[in-house]
Amino acid sequence: MAKRDIPEINAGSMADIAFLLLIFFLVTTTMDVDTGISRKLTEKQDSDIKPPKLKEKNVFIVTVNRNNDLLIEGTKFIQVDELREEVIKFIDNGGGLGNPIDGAEPAECDWCEGVKDPASSDHPNKAVISLESDRGTSYGTYISVQNELVGAYTDLRNRLSNKLYNVSYTELLKQSKNDMQNESLKEKIKNIKGKYPQIISEAEPTK
Amino acid sequence: MSKFRKKKKGMPGISTASLPDIVFMLLFFFMVTTVMRETDLKVKQTLPFATEIKKLERKSLVSYIYVGKVEGQGGDKIQLNDRISSVEDIKYFIFAERDTHSEDEIPLLTTSIKADINSSVGTITDIKEELRNINALKINYSTRKGDITKNK
Repeated sequence: MAKRDIPEINAGSMADIAFLLLIFFLVTTTMDVDTGISRKLTEKQDSDIKPPKLKEKNVFIVTVNRNNDLLIEGTKFIQVDELREEVIKFIDNGGGLGNPIDGAEPAECDWCEGVKDPASSDHPNKAVISLESDRGTSYGTYISVQNELVGAYTDLRNRLSNKLYNVSYTELLKQSKNDMQNESLKEKIKNIKGKYPQIISEAEPTK
Repeated sequence: MSKFRKKKKGMPGISTASLPDIVFMLLFFFMVTTVMRETDLKVKQTLPFATEIKKLERKSLVSYIYVGKVEGQGGDKIQLNDRISSVEDIKYFIFAERDTHSEDEIPLLTTSIKADINSSVGTITDIKEELRNINALKINYSTRKGDITKNK
């Protein structure tokens, strides 16, 4: 029997099929990476537990009103872009003795570079940022303020990390993420975090 | 002479045989780098900008709460899954989310609040209060990377 030629399948429409699939995926999927400011909410407390007493000088009050104006320490109106500097000045003041770390004697903050004003915060681990907002505040402003508060801590941590390990804190975090098993990196991060702990408290907004 | 006259002049056609390959390559690229759209947004949003941002890892552990305005209606609306809901529905939403995860993953569950730049803090506070009530403490304010001066 004569060998018959099998006709070739026309693959010209393959491109059309592929395009169709491509367009389907382009439409139904999104590429955006989710990013944001991570926070941890405080646990619900029983109403009969008394809040810990804090010295007034250790609390930095940031108030945002419904017109999105910023007031710090109840006295000074500032712009959002000035906030970071003020917060850094407050946290980094180091005017007194801190909370005892690991059962050691309360000590001064020897890594702070602030002016050591006795009327401002004692120690980074005692300094509390209190954020008061109004229900009518716009979310954009609220996020800006949150961003600046977190940014102030990041700046301080970066500075300390640069001084101690010649590498910035953000870089340490990045390295640690790529190298989960590295204990010395984790130790460094923990050390820096402990020296500038992020203490931001949020008050119930005014109605 | 006829031997020479037969020779055709002009450009040969470009072969399109590799076109499917190129398109498939593009297709695979998009399939790998993108994720399926999970919900249709019912609320209008422009996310605020921030610089101190972190990437959200492990998307399966994240549940989203959308906040924004609905056209023709006043006030901020909260969207859970595909529905406009009230603040009270958030707990059921989170419980339903917890049911789909194993016990050991529950503390890792994060709630991402995607709120419009012009929403009011009151709405966000209500949501946060609701989340605190059911001990869903890890939250993330969804933002875009950018200068905060654009948040006005």
